[in-house]
Amino acid sequence: MIRFLLRKFGLLIPTFIGVSIIAFAFIRLLPGDPITLLAGERGVSAERYEALQAAYGFDKPIIVQYVNYLGDILQGDFGTSIVTKRPVLEEFMQLFPATLELSICAIILATAIGIPAGILAAVRRGSFTDQSIMGVALVGYSMPIFWWGLLLIILFSGVLQWTPVSGRISLLYYFPQVTGFMLIDSLLSGQAGAFKSAVSHLILPTIVLATIPLAVIARQTRSAMLEVLSEDYVRTARSKGLGPFRVIGLHALRNALIPVVTTIGLQVGVLLAGAILTESIFSWPGIGKWMVDSVFKRDYSVVQGGLLLIAGMIMLVNLLVDLVYGLINPRIRR
Amino acid sequence: MSLLEIRNLSVTFDTASGPFRAVDGVDVSVDAREILSIVGESGSGKSVSMLALMGLLPDTATVTADMMRFDGRDLLTMTKRQKRSVIGRDIAMIFQEPMSSLNPCFTVEFQISEMLRRHTDLDRSARRKRAIELMEAVGIPSPEKRLGTFPHQLSGGMSQRVMIAMATSCRPKLLIADEPTTALDVTIQAQILDLLKDLCADNDMALVLITHDMGVVAQMADRVQVQYAGQKVEEQQVRPLFADPHHPYTAALLSALPERATARGHLPSIRGVVPGQFDRPPGCLFEPRCSFAVESCRRGAERQGPDLGYALCNRPLINGVPADERVADAQVKA
Repeated sequence: MIRFLLRKFGLLIPTFIGVSIIAFAFIRLLPGDPITLLAGERGVSAERYEALQAAYGFDKPIIVQYVNYLGDILQGDFGTSIVTKRPVLEEFMQLFPATLELSICAIILATAIGIPAGILAAVRRGSFTDQSIMGVALVGYSMPIFWWGLLLIILFSGVLQWTPVSGRISLLYYFPQVTGFMLIDSLLSGQAGAFKSAVSHLILPTIVLATIPLAVIARQTRSAMLEVLSEDYVRTARSKGLGPFRVIGLHALRNALIPVVTTIGLQVGVLLAGAILTESIFSWPGIGKWMVDSVFKRDYSVVQGGLLLIAGMIMLVNLLVDLVYGLINPRIRR
Repeated sequence: MSLLEIRNLSVTFDTASGPFRAVDGVDVSVDAREILSIVGESGSGKSVSMLALMGLLPDTATVTADMMRFDGRDLLTMTKRQKRSVIGRDIAMIFQEPMSSLNPCFTVEFQISEMLRRHTDLDRSARRKRAIELMEAVGIPSPEKRLGTFPHQLSGGMSQRVMIAMATSCRPKLLIADEPTTALDVTIQAQILDLLKDLCADNDMALVLITHDMGVVAQMADRVQVQYAGQKVEEQQVRPLFADPHHPYTAALLSALPERATARGHLPSIRGVVPGQFDRPPGCLFEPRCSFAVESCRRGAERQGPDLGYALCNRPLINGVPADERVADAQVKA
């Protein structure tokens, strides 16, 4: 087990270097630079511009900049935001819980509906139920997220007035961040109505963010189940006199889950990085929105540091998936 | 009274190209403690008839029978739930591919004791004890150590032993073995067959042995039922069957045994193949391949009495000669 972990960690190193190069190069390929943008409409004099370039180290050759940057990273220094002057790591840690909370809720929703829907479709293969589930899944999969989000806002926030439009909690409530997770913090604060407000703010973004993973998980579960249901061991389970719930829910599902867990893991990665659209639609103060804002401000250190941290998180999730995979599939253990 | 009594069993599959009758009016009866062998080529409906008894056929199959009684209970009028409490406990089944018949995600102990959990009131430790006993009884060395193994760590022979342990765990009155040794090495085959024979004797268990291997039949069976293209064509005790087969198909099967081949060099074979969905002959199903066929065989085949092995044939053989020729000869001599 320890060797398995070490091997996995070893594989992370080249990935990490690759990501750092891409993150570093990408933001510098965009036209414009942070100093010009910071100066605003009035601009800066040529001498002042040179001085600022030197102060940030932008005057050195790009290779030197990269090596210096990598050296800082290895010491745990992700740089300081050019715009806010705060350490990138600190900003990330402050915003990440919001993204994580949203992603967790979305993946729970997607899994809780996607797996049963996929099972139902597989068991009733070819029936009206199967076709409607797969039809809805296809629609969900192809739905443009920003448009879907706006539709939901118009219906539930606009017409029906059931949910708020944006943010994480109503401005009426204020309490200190303890965990960074609004659902937990609002409960800890003990303020009446705070938790309810946090939940109502979460509902629409969760639905929007869960839509695509939900469709993917449902389709993957269905095809995995169909494959497994015709296996000999499912027949064996039935020959034991077991009821359909145990045969399908235990003997078949346990095997079908193996590819499904991989899919869920990949989707979690996509969610962590890809909540960008959803966060922008709902003004959700998470890292997706933070990254978008920073790209617009050419905040080099935030973009490269943020990308690296997101990549790190995704790698962590993948590692976790590998571990879970070993747990549910005895054939790849040890 | 027989332990199992099935009359006029038919199974029809709904296929994309129309209905296909895999089992056509078959009778099966098994006495307590008897070993009945069902023999036939691939596609003769021998497995399907037993899967129909177990209720293990897919939904595309329609099963009809005039009578299906087991141990004094009517299986036709039972609810699914009632039938599930008989399946596994009183009638158990093992299959052709032991490696794929065990669920790869669960340990040997789990799969054996699941049967006990379903059909007995034994508690956890009693189930474990019984599982060890069973594994010992089927000849698995050091069973305590094997409890936690997964199917992929077992050989084919060991997997089949586990399947047998599982199937016999509730002391069934009838075990159905569907080509249990076809996928195994020859040396292992003999061991598994001996084991099955011993278990029948020790547990007062009846056995239905489905096979296409006449050698296995000779070694194991008390009584033999020969099936061809979904019909029962002959039924006799094992010795008289080998000594004097009455149906031309049985005779041809026996003469195709290497041990019985008289001419040197060539092994006799039955020309042609079993008729499929689209080329079923209108009369006797064996007529196109039969070397004794006459005009009347194209219209249908007559069921003979017990002294002629219930042969489904217009010209049943007696000592290798059709009965009517024998009569004609006798008349000529007279």
